[in-house]
Amino acid sequence: MDIQAKEAHGESRVSVNNSCYHCGEACDTEKVVLEDKAFCCEGCKTVYEILNNNDMCRYYDLDENAGISLKGKASLEYAFLDDPSVTDRLLDFTDGKTSKVSFYLPQIHCASCIWLLENLYKLNDGITQSRVNFLKKEIFITYLEESSSLRKIVELLASIGYAPNINLGDLDQEEKPVIERKFYYKMGVAGFAFGNIMLLSFPEYLGLNKTTDGMFFQVFGYLNIILALPLVFYSGSDYLQSAWQGLKQKTLNIDVPISLGILTLFGRSVFEILTHTGSGYLDSLAGLVFFLLIGKWFQQRTYHHISFERDYKSYFPIAALLKTEEGTESVSLDRLNPGDNILVKHQELIPADAVLLKGEAQIDYSFVTGESAPVSCKTGDKVFAGGRQVGSSPIELSLTRKVSQSYLTELWNDEAFTKKVDSNTVKLADKVGKAFTIVILLIAFATLFYWLTTDTSIAINAFTAVLIIACPCAVALAIPFIFGNAIRILGRHGFFLKNTSIIERLALIKDTIFDKTGTITIREGGQVEFVGAPLSKAERQAIIQLTERSGHPASRRIHQYLSNWPEEEVRMDKTELATVSEWKEVIGKGIQSLVNQNFTKIGSASFMDDLLEDDTPEEGGVYLQVNNQIRGFFRMDNLFREGTWEVLEYFKNRGQVYLLSGDNDNTKSLLAPIFKDGQLYYRQSPKDKLQFVKQLQAEGKEVMMLGDGLNDAGALQQSDAGLVISENTNNFTPACDAILEARRFSALPTFMEFSRWSIRLVYWAYAFALVYNIIGLSFAVQGALSPIVAAILMPLSSISIVTFGMISSNVVARKMGL
Amino acid sequence: MKVIILLILLSLVIALGFLMAFLWAVKSGQYDDDYTPSVRILLDKEQQTENNKS
Repeated sequence: MDIQAKEAHGESRVSVNNSCYHCGEACDTEKVVLEDKAFCCEGCKTVYEILNNNDMCRYYDLDENAGISLKGKASLEYAFLDDPSVTDRLLDFTDGKTSKVSFYLPQIHCASCIWLLENLYKLNDGITQSRVNFLKKEIFITYLEESSSLRKIVELLASIGYAPNINLGDLDQEEKPVIERKFYYKMGVAGFAFGNIMLLSFPEYLGLNKTTDGMFFQVFGYLNIILALPLVFYSGSDYLQSAWQGLKQKTLNIDVPISLGILTLFGRSVFEILTHTGSGYLDSLAGLVFFLLIGKWFQQRTYHHISFERDYKSYFPIAALLKTEEGTESVSLDRLNPGDNILVKHQELIPADAVLLKGEAQIDYSFVTGESAPVSCKTGDKVFAGGRQVGSSPIELSLTRKVSQSYLTELWNDEAFTKKVDSNTVKLADKVGKAFTIVILLIAFATLFYWLTTDTSIAINAFTAVLIIACPCAVALAIPFIFGNAIRILGRHGFFLKNTSIIERLALIKDTIFDKTGTITIREGGQVEFVGAPLSKAERQAIIQLTERSGHPASRRIHQYLSNWPEEEVRMDKTELATVSEWKEVIGKGIQSLVNQNFTKIGSASFMDDLLEDDTPEEGGVYLQVNNQIRGFFRMDNLFREGTWEVLEYFKNRGQVYLLSGDNDNTKSLLAPIFKDGQLYYRQSPKDKLQFVKQLQAEGKEVMMLGDGLNDAGALQQSDAGLVISENTNNFTPACDAILEARRFSALPTFMEFSRWSIRLVYWAYAFALVYNIIGLSFAVQGALSPIVAAILMPLSSISIVTFGMISSNVVARKMGL
Repeated sequence: MKVIILLILLSLVIALGFLMAFLWAVKSGQYDDDYTPSVRILLDKEQQTENNKS
């Protein structure tokens, strides 16, 4: 392409398109231009080049800006994948020549992803086949060992933006058993039995004469029993088992009345058929089981593709660089022992507690403590697992403990994590199920004793009829469908719930605890302001150049702030560049340099040459010193999420609100109007947060916790409902009950109100069910429940409850703008 | 009329055949992923040539 054309394209692009061709992000801070396309970073450009060279640009046609941003992603070291002991555990199958492997790729999000990942063979000759499971975000790859390797494949995936999630968990865990399929079997069997039993019950429906056509009744009756056997004992086994478990623990869950109904229906039907006294209610029974299974299936379908089943190890790296006599070797973490020396590079996590041997350590403990400022360590200092090295040079550590014994693991192994606390909020369904069972048993026995005085056979008949018709199928279906639908609707709007019981808790819990950093404030970005005489154009340019080279978060924020100076869009041209010499970064302190022969320092208060007066403004500011004179300082605010105040107001109106922050108290004055005394706590460690939740619970309160992840994982788990605000739904703590996409934070009150509505709808559905039950019971107590009435009433109540649930929750959602 | 019993048994056998077919389909993984194939079928392999950006 000739230069003129390039320039022409360049010009038109500035006004037309400022978003990355690959990932669609705005190209604010830096822009890389290739041909006529803009990219937000080198990484995105590289991916484009790979695809372009292989004639695979169709990727961009299927979905616009389909790519995954590579910004801020550290490139990982995959050398450990050459280690046979690691590959053995990762591979699904290998015979030495052909191997199969599957990965979880959380980045999969669109049709383009499917296309690209299924065409991987174009990028690597060794790959013979790759298949994607979109819903589970998995890829299955078959490759030839002679022309490819696991490492090459993972590196290829990483290079195009789909770095697989490989972690310790993968190595430890056995394959999860496939439970889904068994469920489909059960549904298939139930459907089969349902259809055929209905057909074979035809003589009954048509009212054939039992004396002349008695043989049909008998043969069909026996066939029905045979069909009903797998229906009850295979398809319905979940309900029977759950009821049995419940009874063993002396609780009446919703499955108890269901099982009671199923068994009574089955027992009485078999008895009637074998004694030729009637044709039984097997058609009602089959319908009941089938509808129950459909309800369960619907409920499972709604959230099965978000896996909450991850443990803390997902956050840990899988391997570390072990220092050996010959050099370094990449080994998997479970092979590390105390006393081993390892290298931890920029942006890598420290896998276990250790002592610093060499290097300038800048450890970011925000995972552990929530404090976002990195801590600098000297040689000989202890460093703790979970810290992230942010200094630019690699550090050498000597491990003092095994990976699984460290502080983080201890915190995560706190009893709160191993067993979910029995929350006071009993599941609604079980509460209703309990009341229901008791009432039904009372009615049944009252009927029994009433008839016993007159007619024994009617007594038994009426007794079983009550148990049959009162079977809480409608009650059992209301929750799966209404809550299931609510979960689906909320999920569509970026609020993902772990299971249906969370909806109840969201609706009922009044007191809320907030975490600050990352929850109501945004971790990165945020307001920057220069305090002091306004900076001149040349000064700004100088600082831009100074901060450009530094990787420290504060430098990056200042850099970004000055680069996007409001009044002028155009950057300086080359002649106005400042001459920078003797640039030097003092880790943990700041930057110093000679700019246009002026000695300039940018950094913390202690970094300045003792020029600061005693009334130094608040902490957290970055100072600017030019030639022995303090020029001013940059104030960096925590940026509150959009809608934070409305959300806080909303929760304040519901009940008590608390704020626990791991950070310093520079936001105290801002938050004081919302939080009363004793509701605002700073410098809280994860343990403190956990303790605080426990303390509130000890006072008999039920609390909801809003956090951002690891540093409050204990508190999230301990709370009665733990909500995680996540910038990226693939990266969250397993301790939570619900995940809220950060961009939807302001909609949280609407979501909460919607949960409350869902509960109300369930109650309405229960009212419906009550009407049906009263009609049915009025037949039953008289001993006049004919199989036809049962066969009509039971499916009718189930279907109308389902219809009501689906329609009403959709209507409510639409009214609320969801 | 007794022949109806034979017919019913036959129909049951046929229905059983369909149940088996369903169980086989589940077992062979056809219900594991009910979304991706619907996208996959739209991704045409031949389109590559005409796809060289104009």
